[in-house]
Amino acid sequence: MNRIQSLYASTIGKKFIASITGLILFGFLLGHVAGNLKVFTGTTADGVPHIDEYGQFLKVAGEPMIPEMFALWSARVVLLVALILHVLVVVQLALLSAEARPINYVKSRKKAATLPALWMMFSGLLILCFIIFHILHFTTGTIRLGKFEHGYIYNNLTHSFSNPVVAVGYVFVMIVLGLHLNHGVWSMFQTLGLDNPDRNKSLRVFATGLTIVIILGFIVVPISFMSGMMPGVVTYSHELLTGH
Amino acid sequence: MKIKLHVWRQSTRTDKGRMESYELDNVVPDMSFLEMMDTLNEKLTIEGHDPVAFDHDCREGVCGMCSMVINGEAHGPKSETTTCQLYMRHFKDGAEIYIEPWRASAFPVVKDLVVDRSAFDRIIQAGGFISNHSGPKPDPNSIPIEPEVAETSLDAATCIGCGACVAACPNGSAMLFTAAKASHLGMLPQGQPERFDRAQSMVKQMESEGFGSCRNYAECEAQCPKGISIAFIGRLNSDFLRASLLEPVDRRGEMKSQ
Repeated sequence: MNRIQSLYASTIGKKFIASITGLILFGFLLGHVAGNLKVFTGTTADGVPHIDEYGQFLKVAGEPMIPEMFALWSARVVLLVALILHVLVVVQLALLSAEARPINYVKSRKKAATLPALWMMFSGLLILCFIIFHILHFTTGTIRLGKFEHGYIYNNLTHSFSNPVVAVGYVFVMIVLGLHLNHGVWSMFQTLGLDNPDRNKSLRVFATGLTIVIILGFIVVPISFMSGMMPGVVTYSHELLTGH
Repeated sequence: MKIKLHVWRQSTRTDKGRMESYELDNVVPDMSFLEMMDTLNEKLTIEGHDPVAFDHDCREGVCGMCSMVINGEAHGPKSETTTCQLYMRHFKDGAEIYIEPWRASAFPVVKDLVVDRSAFDRIIQAGGFISNHSGPKPDPNSIPIEPEVAETSLDAATCIGCGACVAACPNGSAMLFTAAKASHLGMLPQGQPERFDRAQSMVKQMESEGFGSCRNYAECEAQCPKGISIAFIGRLNSDFLRASLLEPVDRRGEMKSQ
């Protein structure tokens, strides 16, 4: 416990927390994008879209060994704690840094710092707002941007993303997320002391490459629905999905 | 050459300070930047004004005293060059040049362009040393070391402690300085006994001085007059995390079986 306290007290320790929580959130994104791409794999023999089936699987994963929703809520708690810690330490570090540089230069010039790196706080804030919005939109259905019915993921996507404003908005935020990851993923290696001149190029290519793959995976969904190239709304009985 | 200067003027530590503009004629392209400043000061003195206070010492690029942010860059536009090694031929005739002090709350302005960098001395005092015997001089080359490691350690040791890294960092972080100092000792066999304590105590002192946190911009490396690599920051991160998370605290504690 003492170790964690003294680690948290230091800026490097806070950055360590930011990088580990960032890694957890990055891992979640990988899973999320893989799940999303199920919208393109069609339906089961019963006519249930794979993505709806996958959503149902997440709810009942581990049953009957563990109760329904338990795995899902465990993951949600881990992600929520990771997100809160990530934001908390970053805000603390930003306040500290603002105090360390109270007066800016009249004339300022950056030689190496990239814009995505300098804009991490802005991209992060936008992503945070988006996460809240996205949960209220597609998870709880509190924000209605089209017809919404719990569990009918494919249809909900069709209804929301047929509105170009919603689709373009999602694409925009995903590009911002890409900029955040492009710096953040490499930065994680540097903060953990894992980068060195031997691996630097590979790690940066890895960070950028994986970011591009993830972001393309995310934006292809709203673009496909918006362009009308996806098969329309699917109707099937709820029993087929839940099995009871 | 004719140039227009905008210089930060601040009479005391508590003075609010402001930018003031001066025009300078007859600047010779082969003057160093500091000689140009000397010329400005002669002119100001003759006119009965207070000359611009600025730090300087060796004027050959090794002491680390000169400290000016010139046109938004620590030590000016020429990379891996200290202000004293910057020449007026690096500027165009009629150039407008902005000169400001290092900006960081850990480096308070003493007067005009002079800042108090004693925070760096205290970071060194916290861990920038090795334990050595005080007996007779050891035989040369009696401690084996891989030449590449020795060279890398010397790369870190080229740090002249000027503070350009702090001045360049948008967060006013002193990680490059601290990492260079911790690494140049921590990579050598003689620096091993204190290696992990050093990482912790130097970082602790750095933070208590009020420097900001590293955001991996690499702006410090780009503006470092010695081109010291951010690889040393990664190394310090690694040593610090290992010291904080893995190094035993209770080495001689009791163990039981079960």
